[in-house]
Amino acid sequence: MNELGLPDTFALAPIAVMLLASALGPLFARPLARLARLLPSLLLMLAGSLGVFVAVDTLLTGRTLTFPGWAVTPYAAVSLRLDPLAAFFLLVISAPAVAVALYGIGYLDAAHDGHVPQPRTATDALLGAFLASMALVVLADSVLAFMLAWEAMSLVSFFLVIGDGRRADNRRAAYIYAVMTHIGAAFVLLAFLVLARNGGSLDFAALRAGADSLGRWERHGVTLLALIGFGSKMGLIPLHVWLPRAHPAAPSHVSALMSGVMVKMAVYGMARFVWEFVAPVPRWWGEALIVIGVISAVMGILYALMERDLKRVLAYSTVEHVGIIVIGLGVAAAATNRGHAEVAALALVATLAHTLNHSVFKGLLFLGAGAVQTGAGTRDLERLGGLVRRMPWTAGLFLVGSLAIVALPPLNGFVGEWLLFQSLLGLGSTAGTVTTATLVAAGAGALALTGALALACFVRAFGTGFLAQPRSEHARQAHEVAPTMLAGMALLAGATVVLGVAPLAIIRLLRSVTQDLTGAVAHPALGGSGVFDASQAASAYAPWLLIAGFVALGVLPWLIARLATGRGRERVSPTWVCGVRLEPRMQYSATGFAKPIRLIFQSLIRAHHSHALERQVVPPSGMTVRYVEGVHPIYERHLYQRSVTLLMAGSRYVRHLQSGSIRMYLAYLFVTLIVVLLVAR
Amino acid sequence: MDLLLLAIQIPLMLLAAPLVQGAIKTTKARLQSRRGPGPLQPYRDVLKWLSRESVVSDQASWVFRYAPFVYAGAILSAAVLVPTVARRSPAAAVGDAIVFVALFALARFWLAIAGLDTASNFGGMGSSREVAFAALIEPALLLVIFAVALPVGSTSLTALVSEGWPGAARVIALCAFMIVIIAETGRVPIDNPDTHLELTMVHEGMLLEYSGRPLGVLHWATHVKQLAVLSLASALFLPWGMAPGSGATALALLVGLLAWSAKLLALGLVLAAIETLFAKLRIFRAPDLIGAASVLGLLAVLTTFVVEH
Repeated sequence: MNELGLPDTFALAPIAVMLLASALGPLFARPLARLARLLPSLLLMLAGSLGVFVAVDTLLTGRTLTFPGWAVTPYAAVSLRLDPLAAFFLLVISAPAVAVALYGIGYLDAAHDGHVPQPRTATDALLGAFLASMALVVLADSVLAFMLAWEAMSLVSFFLVIGDGRRADNRRAAYIYAVMTHIGAAFVLLAFLVLARNGGSLDFAALRAGADSLGRWERHGVTLLALIGFGSKMGLIPLHVWLPRAHPAAPSHVSALMSGVMVKMAVYGMARFVWEFVAPVPRWWGEALIVIGVISAVMGILYALMERDLKRVLAYSTVEHVGIIVIGLGVAAAATNRGHAEVAALALVATLAHTLNHSVFKGLLFLGAGAVQTGAGTRDLERLGGLVRRMPWTAGLFLVGSLAIVALPPLNGFVGEWLLFQSLLGLGSTAGTVTTATLVAAGAGALALTGALALACFVRAFGTGFLAQPRSEHARQAHEVAPTMLAGMALLAGATVVLGVAPLAIIRLLRSVTQDLTGAVAHPALGGSGVFDASQAASAYAPWLLIAGFVALGVLPWLIARLATGRGRERVSPTWVCGVRLEPRMQYSATGFAKPIRLIFQSLIRAHHSHALERQVVPPSGMTVRYVEGVHPIYERHLYQRSVTLLMAGSRYVRHLQSGSIRMYLAYLFVTLIVVLLVAR
Repeated sequence: MDLLLLAIQIPLMLLAAPLVQGAIKTTKARLQSRRGPGPLQPYRDVLKWLSRESVVSDQASWVFRYAPFVYAGAILSAAVLVPTVARRSPAAAVGDAIVFVALFALARFWLAIAGLDTASNFGGMGSSREVAFAALIEPALLLVIFAVALPVGSTSLTALVSEGWPGAARVIALCAFMIVIIAETGRVPIDNPDTHLELTMVHEGMLLEYSGRPLGVLHWATHVKQLAVLSLASALFLPWGMAPGSGATALALLVGLLAWSAKLLALGLVLAAIETLFAKLRIFRAPDLIGAASVLGLLAVLTTFVVEH
């Protein structure tokens, strides 16, 4: 912060403002004027902007700030540190926070419609705390600080998911979330404890220094523990079961943060482990990450295609994108392991750029889903339709988000995927083993499959949700949402465009991060450098030139038509449906739209359907047919149901210990004390 | 050099595309012992549509109106990236093979949502099938590109035109690519370009509500798309006779142009023969064929790698 003469502690200002917003929310709740009620949202916008400023400043200068903190005991200090990697994730937290806070103003005003499960005060207070806890996760510089912030993040988001606790499905979602997130936290803690025993301290500095002295099996063990722990927070398949339940249950602007930002905290943790705490990561873990990422990416998007709740579609799509990010981490780890620093740097840039991009467009889409819920009163795709006329702004902004998430040029989603393909190619052509080359090619194929399925998924979401005729009275009565909500979405939509056409900016920001972690800097030919390079043999992508060419060539046929045959004429007439009256139920439903994909990938998703004839209603039509459809995820039966059965059987035995007699409990305590004294003699 | 190539390529793509379509159609008719329309018929069709009045559905939104523009822009931009007469992409700095694939996806996205926009069941049918097939075509296309790109270490379309890679891999990759071409151009046995029978159509289903000038532009762009994938096939797998990538003389460019036309004619003949020899597959048998392309693509990667090392 030296250029502006700001003290180093200014870097903590965003967190302070977030906590202030959290505290002020309930204080100024009811009696005050509207402006005072808006104070928490305005403070959060300020905090987000400050966060962006601090993050960009740190990334550009590449400097590291440390804040030695408060030592609880000599071994367990709470200390903070802001290095380029942490700063980048601070950017991932802060940038969407601005838009989310702005959107929240109008969104929570619509609460009296009964869609928003929480009153403004509680949500505002929790939102501030949620953001602050995530910022503290990335700033933490000791195991104690990290775990405290991590648990705070999980707890606060638990309360945001459960809402006022009146709805049974929210309670269930929150319960599953709490269980899974604590299993994850236990694994993370275990990984830290193994490292701390080796490093001799709970400070991250000691863990980093001790990385070299880790034994071979410790290295493998810690990586596995971290992968399970962080994988459950990321929502990697099969640890994702909580994600499609919990993310849709929260208020939509919180969902945007949970799906767009919170899962990235686990990506951050994983990056710290791979490049610092267990560096160099053992051989084959990179390849393993690629395989795990591919499974999540492909299965995530297939499940997304089977859902009819718009927010669940988006939640499953997060599973897909986390998979893509993990593929990137895997490529970077494999390249680091083989000593190809340039490829590792490129893969890391791809991973982190996609992390930021995903938080922007997934945030936008969740805010869009919230707008649909507010404006149309439902987010069931089979009951939506025709919103492009009733909610034109929301429709346009949702379309921008859809184009970005499908990785279509020139928006930001494509930049990440392009970089990822390049780094896969880099790994493949430097790998030198058939296994890795095949794996890399299969990874690229899977990535293309994921991209094409994502296209199907968002054609379906946008096409059935917003286009054609309304499928229900709700959709017919839909109305456009408040200007602040639209402004929040527009901010993120603008970001998808800016990050898409100026990819070099983000690569410039990431230079210090890759320098720190891999010791190299990536120089992809993005953005039109070397346009007149004589050989042009390097892969390149220049968004501005592409847009120019696209517009010119798109206009060209119309221009030719105009010159050759004069002005075009146009007439409006009803849609042709073979001569009968057009009805909303004639158009393709969301379920019907995904049917070919369900049939093609039947063996992967285990879709089932059954139909039953029921009682006779009207003589000419005979019977009513009841048709039931769904998917049976294999892991739910084989992994979760079995472990739950086992757990229940185990607890039945353990229950014998619980006699209910206080003397027995005192005896347990006494025996435990003796045992501890004997062991720790 | 690039500007010269661009000046050749843009009119070449726009003007030759209907001819390629016409040539395939005429050949197909002759193979089936019919007289068929002459090779110039697509020009007449496109011109006719361009001059006609457009009838727009009362259900259509702005998506329906802008989709033909985006479709044409994306397809033509992709077509400009492909090396044709010289061993050089006219716009290698603008985009590589990945951008080429993504531009096709952009065109597909807009056509698919336009198909849904008019509330007609036929449009939805076409869109639904198109995106499902695309889910299988794109991996195959990308695997073929990776098979070529791995030895070169670049996805630049200029770098991908090389004679250096092994013949076995080339043959396997070409087989995979032929399936991709059939699927991408909507031909028998995957789709039938000549039918409006609702139970079988894919591409035509999405276009059903279009008429007049927008329909003309869409058909024209579809012809260009066909020419672009055929040109890509000839550049990747049959790179003979092309003018050198830098410092080409006028004579070399002319030879390149002739070689390109000959290769297109040969590929078109193969397509016409396939359309004559095979019947259209049942719609849910088609994924097996397209899936085979992915497997062949992976095999091509393996072969390349094994032979190289």
